[in-house]
Amino acid sequence: MLVIEDLHVKIGEKEVLKGINLEIKEGETFILFGPNGSGKTTLLMTLMGFSGYKVTKGAIYFKGKNITDLPMYERARMGIGMSFQRPPTIHGLKTRDLVRLCARDRQVDVEKLAQKVNFVDFLDRDINAGFSGGEIKRSELLQLMAQNPDLLLFDEPESGVDLENMGLIGKVVKELLSGNGHEPKPGMSMKELKELRKVSGLIITHTGYILDYINADRGQVMYQGKLCCEGRPRDILEHISKYGYKECIRCLN
Amino acid sequence: MSQLDKEKVKLEEYVFSGGEKIELQDLREIDVEDQEELELAGVDVKEEERSGTYLHLNHTKAVCRSKQEGVEILDIKDALDKYDGLPEYFWKAVDKDKDEYTRKAAEVVHGGYFIRTKKGAKIKEPVQSCLFIKGEKIGQSVHNIIVVEEDSEVHIITGCATSHKVQSALHLGISEFYVKKGGKLTFTMVHNWSEKVEVRPRTVGIVEEGGVFQSNYILLKPVKSVQSFPTIYLNGKGSIARFNSILVAHPGSYINSGNKIVLNAPDTRGEIISRAITTGGELIAPGVIEANSVPAKGHLECKGLILSDGIIHAIPELKGTKEGVELSHEAAVGKIAQEEIEYLMARGLDEDEATSTIVRGFLNVDIMGLPKKLKESIDKIISETEKDMF
Repeated sequence: MLVIEDLHVKIGEKEVLKGINLEIKEGETFILFGPNGSGKTTLLMTLMGFSGYKVTKGAIYFKGKNITDLPMYERARMGIGMSFQRPPTIHGLKTRDLVRLCARDRQVDVEKLAQKVNFVDFLDRDINAGFSGGEIKRSELLQLMAQNPDLLLFDEPESGVDLENMGLIGKVVKELLSGNGHEPKPGMSMKELKELRKVSGLIITHTGYILDYINADRGQVMYQGKLCCEGRPRDILEHISKYGYKECIRCLN
Repeated sequence: MSQLDKEKVKLEEYVFSGGEKIELQDLREIDVEDQEELELAGVDVKEEERSGTYLHLNHTKAVCRSKQEGVEILDIKDALDKYDGLPEYFWKAVDKDKDEYTRKAAEVVHGGYFIRTKKGAKIKEPVQSCLFIKGEKIGQSVHNIIVVEEDSEVHIITGCATSHKVQSALHLGISEFYVKKGGKLTFTMVHNWSEKVEVRPRTVGIVEEGGVFQSNYILLKPVKSVQSFPTIYLNGKGSIARFNSILVAHPGSYINSGNKIVLNAPDTRGEIISRAITTGGELIAPGVIEANSVPAKGHLECKGLILSDGIIHAIPELKGTKEGVELSHEAAVGKIAQEEIEYLMARGLDEDEATSTIVRGFLNVDIMGLPKKLKESIDKIISETEKDMF
């Protein structure tokens, strides 16, 4: 699904990513750990194609195509979807209308999707205007459900979210990663249904709360612009909470 | 060219007499292309959801009728005859000697509407008036008076348009509004002039105790020049005034459109909100709130977007003359934030789609609380205007 080769990225004059190699397979969920300022968010922003993130070396392949120089909207239309940490308010643009725009040509039942994230009351409000941290998360998930991406990029699903909402958010992220909630139906087994569409995920987490809700296959630590310490996400989390990131320094040197 | 030169109109170039007189039974008697122009000014030519209609064509009234008891609609000349010259209202709010345009309008009056509600009457459907110009070098001078009697309510929609055949014209309009105790006037004006039309309205309103005045002004189409500065005096305790404007300056347009609210009594509130876009024209947006009594609150908000080389000059002004007044303003002139464009691009919208979505939001008229049908036609005008924007 996603292949990153020797990716170097500069923000202004500063090199933030210093040779990233990563492959995420179809249907696989990858967890990214790392201290603040290590380059995790930069990697997500670069994958999405934001201005200001300059690729100086290396390449990004998505579904076999080199997307390194592709504009953001083409990446989105190819199936990359991203949840924003601090999205801007757009005055006069109702949440309802943006959700419809996210779906492009597909028909979506906005009310029904909004019910899933308990967001019906916000549909007629301007997008992100005065939304709390948890409301932003639910709004982002609602847009992503309409967009229905094949690769989900999610920066800290738990930040600014209370415990009650965490359960809701975890459930919806799981559903998005499973290709929008396949339920068993006559004539097709669960296995066959899962074969139909496989969604991949790249998720940044500090607390690891999200791991209680999703099946994460692999994880790595980003440290000073490089990836290290591949392992099972739970093992990595346990190690970091015990020893911090000291081992990464040893590992990278 | 200096600002003064741009605002100066050569009155002698326009013809103020001799326009053909046309009486119409129905707005649908107007030719179809001109009906479309009227519709683009928010006029409902079928008059379906309207309490009454006044149409002024060039130099005379063409249609004038009220469909509802509780609201009187007359041509100003008939009203002056009927009510002995309207001594309480005629030239009582606007100063006849203010400038050369008021003097000209005092010298020649072609018509205009006199709309008065009955005491306590709540007029449900809006009254519509249209000031229409058709011909060449026409100078149109109208004088409008609205009287909202005690505890009554009315919404007046004024559509100003020119025939598709018009080459050049001048519109002078004196408007005097009187909102009596506990009355409510909503005044929505949609301008659909054309590239060679000059517009010089002079508007003053006086609001008594507990009265509410709300103005909605929508100028999306090209115009040669507009200079207007409607002023509202809140003279009664607890009265409220609000101005909402949506303005677009196309290449070649010169627009100087502002508002003034004077808070002259305790517990008064004033709000001026304007959204301005230039796609190449020059747009000056002055706003003044003056408070001479306490407690009094005023807020002024002006947001400007420069989409291509043009000028937006926002001039917010606050004046307080008593201890305890609360006045504030916020003004911003700039471009569309890259962050907003990228947010929408990450959802699959290309740059043009993202820009147009943001501009539509910026021009959103929800705040005006317009009737559904009018809002739909404004939305239609916005999408049509948008085609020429980028």
